Order: sequence, then C-alpha cells, then structure tokens
Amino acid sequence: MALVIAKIKHRQIVQLVEDGKRLDGRELTEYRNVKVEQGIIERAEGSARVRLGKTDVVVGTKVELGEPFADTPGEGVLTVNVELVPLASPGYEAGPPDENSIELARIVDRGIRESKMIDTEKLCLEPGKKVYVVFVDVYVLNQGGNLIDASAIAAVSALMNTMVPGYEVEDGEFRVKPGSSSQLPVKQHPVTVTCAKIGDKLVVDPQLEEEQVMDARLSMAVDDDDKICAIQKGGSGYFSPEQVIEFAGLAVRKAKEMRKKLDW
Amino acid sequence: MNEKPERLIDKKGLRLDGRKPDQLRPIKLEVGVIPNADGSAYVEQGKNKILVGVYGPRDAHPKHLALQDRSVLKCRYHMAPFSVQERKSPAPSRREIELSKVIRESLEPAIFLELYPRTMIDLCIEVLQADGGTRCASITAASLALADSGIPMRDLVVACAAGKVDDTVVLDLMDEEDKLGSADVPVAFMPSLNAVTLLQMDGKLSQEEFEAAVNLAIDGCRQVYAVQKEALKAKYVGVKEEVDE
Repeated sequence: MALVIAKIKHRQIVQLVEDGKRLDGRELTEYRNVKVEQGIIERAEGSARVRLGKTDVVVGTKVELGEPFADTPGEGVLTVNVELVPLASPGYEAGPPDENSIELARIVDRGIRESKMIDTEKLCLEPGKKVYVVFVDVYVLNQGGNLIDASAIAAVSALMNTMVPGYEVEDGEFRVKPGSSSQLPVKQHPVTVTCAKIGDKLVVDPQLEEEQVMDARLSMAVDDDDKICAIQKGGSGYFSPEQVIEFAGLAVRKAKEMRKKLDW
Repeated sequence: MNEKPERLIDKKGLRLDGRKPDQLRPIKLEVGVIPNADGSAYVEQGKNKILVGVYGPRDAHPKHLALQDRSVLKCRYHMAPFSVQERKSPAPSRREIELSKVIRESLEPAIFLELYPRTMIDLCIEVLQADGGTRCASITAASLALADSGIPMRDLVVACAAGKVDDTVVLDLMDEEDKLGSADVPVAFMPSLNAVTLLQMDGKLSQEEFEAAVNLAIDGCRQVYAVQKEALKAKYVGVKEEVDE
C-alpha cells in the first residue's frame, strides 16, 4: 500500500528544498543522527541495530555450512534478505517479499559483494564441496525513510562483529569444533549514500516525508579507497547526466564522513 | 564455465569480438512483430534476442491496483529457460523481479500516464537469448513497443551500458565482458530531455572512470537512438508501400 501525503505538506517540502532548507532543519547534504549498537542478538553470529533518525533497522547474521556456487567453487556464499514486516509501517503487509524488499536486499548485497568487503576465499573449507554460507537478514523495525543507507550500515556493522564457527573433519564429516570460532574476514567497509531528487535539487538521506514527494532517488556505495562499487537509481523520475556526476563526488565525500563518524 | 581468456582486450586494443572500445555491437530493431499486441518490438544486439509486447491501456487487473489520476504501468522482464547456458527456471527470480522494477521506472518518465486514468498498460519483455546487456536492450525495445502502440510519449527511452575491462572503459559489454570485466554501468536516457532514467552499477570505478563510463554510455545511447527512430519509421514506410500498391 502506498502512503499518501497532504498536498500542503508536499508543497511545503518542495518549497523548503528549493530554498536550500528541510523540514527538520538539516542542510541538503546532511545526514540525520546515526546510532549503531553491535552484538545485540546473542543467538546470531553477528548483529547490529542502526537508528538513522526515526528509521530503525536490525540486522542479524547466521553462518552455516553449505555448497558453493558452481562458478565460484573456491568461495564462500553471501546471501542478503530483507523483511519489511508489518510492524514497521502502516503500509507494509505480511507475505512473501515484494519488489521493494527484493530491490533493497539486492542493493545492500551489491554494496557488500562488489566492494569485496568479505574475503570469500577464506570461507572455503573444501573447494567445490563445503563452504561457509553467510546469511545477512535485514529486519526493518520502523520505516522512517532512507532504508537503503540504514540497512547497508547495519549489514556492514553486523558482518564486522560476525564470528565464524570453526570446524573439524571427523570420518569425512564436518563437525563444529567448540570454542574455535574466529572473526569473519573483512577487507572493506562500504558505505552507501542515497539522495532524493526534489524539484531540481539533491537531498541526502531523505526522511520518509521527503521520500513521498521525491521524483527519484540515487544510491551509491563507496569503498575504503573512495572507489564507487555499486549504484542504483530508483523512482519514476530522472536525473540529468550532470547531476549524476555531481552526486558521485558528493557520495564519495559523504561516505568518508560517515566512515569517520562510525569509526570504521 | 568456458576457459577464462587471459586478456579481454588484445595488444591492438581490440576486444574479444574484434570491436574497438567505443564500438557498439551490431544492432537490429524491428517494430510491430506481434500481431495480437497493441504495440511490439524485437531487438537483436550482439547475440541478445528480445521480444517486447504492449497491451493497453486496458482495464486494470486486479482492479485495486488502478489509480484515479493516471494509468499504471506494469512490467514483466522474463528470461526464457533456454536463453542462457544453464537452463533457467521459468519462475521469476529475484533478479528478474528487480529488473522488472528498474525497467518500469526507466520508462515511466517517458509516458503520459496521466492521459489514461484508472487503466493499466502491460509491458511484456521476453528474453529469448541473453548475451550481456539484456536490461538495456529490453528498455530500447520496450520504448519502441510503447511508441508502436500509439501511447503518447515525451521521448523514446534508449539504453546502453558502458563498463571497464582490463583497465579500459568500453561501450556495450557482451556476456564475457560483463562476467569477467571489472565494472558494468547500464544507463537509460531520453536524449531530447537530457534525462537519465536508469542508472545502475556494479564493479569498482574511480570517480573519473565513472564519469567517463557515463559519458560513453550516453554516447552509445545517442547512436542507438538513431537506429530506434529509423525502425519506427520503417514500419510506416512499409505500410505506405502497401497502400501505394
């Protein structure tokens, strides 16, 4: 279900942005307060809860044994799933993942995968047969806008404190070796930066009301070396090529700031 | 998987299929290929073979999806089980669901949806053979199919990818380059509005490389745009000849 916004509010937001202002007094390129708690779910191999303004996301990771993909026999497997549970918004319904949750999961996945954040080669136990499978489950608790950046930060935070159980081989069988878990091998700390296009301006970290009036959004994931590693445009509007290139520079800058703020 | 070639670009600067870095694959576009559809188009780009059909504007189904102030564009990108090396299950994958969404969003800005309130426009994309860059070829063909159906549009949407292989920024990646290259940037563009309606990327690019890739992709879009317009005209030249006879 799509949520609607009053015309008067719509006009107010557009007018504010045109004057370089926002509903909550932020600058156009300013993030809301971000708060990260790690290791909050003891049963998970790794976890994090991220609050970005009113947006609230929990990520839990689980690590299991499984088979590698045929085209990458020597690498572990990463899968990202997103649940937009009815708890999080009056517009969400229970049921199989819809296109919004699939898109969000795939954006978070690409940021992690393409940045080569996880050293997947180290997650191989027996090439072609046994590898670690890392499940990243994103659980949205409150939809307050910009789920993409909040989910990406939460997923990376959770992976950073993920412990991989150790295994020993006994009679050709893999068995958990108690007390032998080790830190998931992490090489990069990708940050995803999203902007909304409102009028002809770009607004970083849109809150819910801003998302309801935006024409389109653009997200870029940036790695530790300032390289752009994943991009997704969304929404039924468009950007000029100049805006796209301008935002690439802004995304690199904001990602750097965020990494510093999070002490990554 | 086949043997991985050592280099994707040889010493002369040519690619696996002999193309220069800024060269498109041969492209063929045809309009009005599905008699039952209200509009349709077929594209061949490299080994890609894709059919697109448009039905509508027609009654929204299911009805609760209808909007009071505009038409709803519904888009299904679907790959045939035999379109790729390993048989693909015909059930929609997560990739296909995401692509259906981004393709729809790349076309919506071009269509005057507000002219047909309470209706639905169904866009069916069937990939018969995939060779890298199917989303771009699908968008190019889909906007032609929409134009063929007579739905008023602001411009044709045309799409093309650029990317990076062996440290070179190249245009229109084929399957091997897409899989083995280091970045892929698909772009959809409306030339007369200077509007980027789809932008995705995976891989790793510096800011400078990204700028070069976007500009190259838009160059490619402009080239395909010319072919697109000819394809649309060709249908009516055919009709005129029939009438003249």
